[in-house]
Amino acid sequence: MTDLDTFRADTRTWLEANCPAEMREPVRSDKDAVWGGRDQSMLTPAQKEWMDKMGARGWTVPDWPKEYGGGGLSPAETKILREEMQRIRARNPLNSFGISMLGPALLKYGTEEQKLDHLPKIARGEIRWCQGYSEPGAGSDLAGLQTSAEDKGDHYLVNGQKVWTSYANYADWIFCLVRTDKSVKQAGISFVLFDMASEGVSTKPILLISGYSPFCETFFDNVKVPKENLVYEENKGWDVAKYLLGHEREMISGMGLGSAGGNPLLDGAKKTIGTADDGTLADPLLRAQIALFEVRAKAFNAMSEKFIDDLKAGKAHPAQPSMMKYYGTELNKSRHELMMAAGGSDALEWESERSTNGAGPRAWLRTKANSIEGGTSEVQLNIISKRILELPDK
Amino acid sequence: MPLYINEDQTMLRDTARDFIADSAPVKHMRALRDANDQTGFSRDLWKSFAEMGFTGILIGEDQGGLGLGHVEAGVVLEEIGRNLSPSPFLATAVAAVEALKGTAQATKYFSGIVAGETVAALAIDEQAKFRDSVALKAERSGNGFKLTGKKQFVSHGHVADLIIVAARTAGSADDENGVTLFAVDKGAAGLSAEAERLADSSLAARLEFDGVEVTADAVIGEVDAGRDPLNRLLRAGRTGASAELLGVGGGAMDMTVEYLKQRKQFGVLIGTFQALQHRAAHLYSEMEVARAATLRAAQMLDTGSDRADEAVSVAKAQAGLATMLAVQEGVQMFGGIGMTDEFDIGFYMKRQRVLAEMFGDANFHADKIARNAGY
Ligand SMILES: Cc1cc2nc3c(=O)[nH]c(=O)nc-3n(C[C@H](O)[C@H](O)[C@H](O)COP(=O)(O)OP(=O)(O)OC[C@H]3O[C@@H](n4cnc5c(N)ncnc54)[C@H](O)[C@@H]3O)c2cc1C
Repeated sequence: MTDLDTFRADTRTWLEANCPAEMREPVRSDKDAVWGGRDQSMLTPAQKEWMDKMGARGWTVPDWPKEYGGGGLSPAETKILREEMQRIRARNPLNSFGISMLGPALLKYGTEEQKLDHLPKIARGEIRWCQGYSEPGAGSDLAGLQTSAEDKGDHYLVNGQKVWTSYANYADWIFCLVRTDKSVKQAGISFVLFDMASEGVSTKPILLISGYSPFCETFFDNVKVPKENLVYEENKGWDVAKYLLGHEREMISGMGLGSAGGNPLLDGAKKTIGTADDGTLADPLLRAQIALFEVRAKAFNAMSEKFIDDLKAGKAHPAQPSMMKYYGTELNKSRHELMMAAGGSDALEWESERSTNGAGPRAWLRTKANSIEGGTSEVQLNIISKRILELPDK
Repeated sequence: MPLYINEDQTMLRDTARDFIADSAPVKHMRALRDANDQTGFSRDLWKSFAEMGFTGILIGEDQGGLGLGHVEAGVVLEEIGRNLSPSPFLATAVAAVEALKGTAQATKYFSGIVAGETVAALAIDEQAKFRDSVALKAERSGNGFKLTGKKQFVSHGHVADLIIVAARTAGSADDENGVTLFAVDKGAAGLSAEAERLADSSLAARLEFDGVEVTADAVIGEVDAGRDPLNRLLRAGRTGASAELLGVGGGAMDMTVEYLKQRKQFGVLIGTFQALQHRAAHLYSEMEVARAATLRAAQMLDTGSDRADEAVSVAKAQAGLATMLAVQEGVQMFGGIGMTDEFDIGFYMKRQRVLAEMFGDANFHADKIARNAGY
């Protein structure tokens, strides 16, 4: 047996023994996913057990270095771990902005102290992070942000307002873009970290069309941020911000790849529409739409694999995540449109038990944000046309 | 296997790119058409394909070929597509070779294919839309068989040295079993070919088999078990057509993007208009996805994956859809000049339509995927 075969066998045994049965069911809703954080009352016993066990091995972030709480696995081992988890349909033990966004940025731009201080807590799900980027006047034009950070010697004094801050009301810490120089745009931005429990921080949830309120308006009123919480250099936060956005787009693009097991779209259609004598769906037009959707979804699946391979080999264009984000999110939206069409009136029930509290329609509505959050589809297309196709500016 | 081409394959691509752009650019195809050439391709060009080793790309080294795989065949086909080079490469060096591989006919035909002397045609379509059904009859007659029926959409069918024919030896047209594949030589008595120029200027024949006698050793593989070699042929042909489509779509896209950077209207380059930028960026995304799907299909054929059939259908459908967008956006964004015969973009549109139809279109393959998934 090769080392990788041994690794696979050991991983399989360990997962079988340690993954709780409840964590082998598909995630049913936003609330059913694990985000970690100081407020452990958010976790069910099985969720906590699974997160803790995986965290102890560094397998919530398998490819991060061990000294920062990761598993220190090679790309090949990471892939095997993913495959073995998929095999038993194990859930992700932990999703977090710390893992998918801040972590990679700190690994690249953080000081050794910052890495040692923050990364292990992210890996073990102890601290939950939120992203303070958007402001009322700065969405797509993110670099137009106004939240200010005044230099007070050993600390910055932060004042201003953020908006659309996902889960700010549950988050323990925030990674935040602030303006340290008003005379220039991109070159006047800094990237800082601070505790949401700091004096002067307040949040106010915003209700979404899905009936949930994962978003907040976030207010900063004379918040003291110690200087050691500056990441990279003053006025160079835009570099960190862009790098992090690349990872955010990568994460969002993967959301359209479907669940670990089964095909809810098809199952739904068979249930509501039924099948003709030859076994095909009784609605030929919907059947054709689903089949053509499957072509695109499977082709995009190949693209996602290719993208990871390209990244690992350093062959990916730096703007490639924009293409993945654009395609993946538009695809995911069309999947949910088809699921609603396949579900018919059953899929419209908003609060019934039969519909698990309207999980379907709520998920459908939630996907509409996929092409807005992390940069809109239009912004991704701008990036592709300028940076990859090199089309001219005005 | 990572989903990008390795160093050797990149070298092959560069070689093929230079060679094909040099010896068979779009104006080669235009010249054949303008001369009303009745072969449909250049025999001399095919000879130089042989000198490059391309004709034997999928044939084992022990049989004089290069012993490479479908990824490499795709690399060459993409360059063929990009230059719209008329050649029997897809039918002969890819589809026919796969059908013959491992059968008694391999020894008979491979040396001629490697040498660039043998051109093969595929007589597998009986209707205007590709279907799995096979009605052309092959009845036992003496030691051999007698073939009766019609085929259509047979590229190079009027000049081919070898014609691979799907025939029915048992059962009825839609049955899975009872199909036999035959290797029929040029000039067989009772075989007539009527060649028609297609929209893309290539020539395809309608074949009529009027009691064509063949001997028993013309059978490819086993009698009644022709679906095996036929499926090999189709898998390879579909993957190869997808790769050629990538070349056609990629070529059209590159021309279009270049044009957006040169053409001025309202005092600015039209490439500064966001309405066009977004459409170009969307097109780019569709093409990249088609590229990944096609490479995955080729890799799966090369590794003999049991999930290859699905990957092949995904590739053929996605490549068909993405390149259709590429040629349509191309003609539109070129504006009036795109509608002229003098300009090349229209040729890309015509070639795309032919390749999209070949071996089953996007709807055919989406339907196949649906059936395999049980709906
Ligand atoms: C579910 C969700 C979660 C989010 N989470 C967070 C978070 O955690 N933290 C955070 O900081 N932010 C978050 N956001 C905010 C998100 O990043 C912004 O909503 C997004 O960047 C768009 O900005 P905007 O809403 O101000 O829209 P605008 O920028 O006002 O855009 C309005 C419309 O104009 C179009 N447009 C704008 N500029 C251009 C252009 N140059 N070319 C073409 N079209 C253009 C846009 O595409 C859009 O269609 C989240 C958003 C959503 C929906």
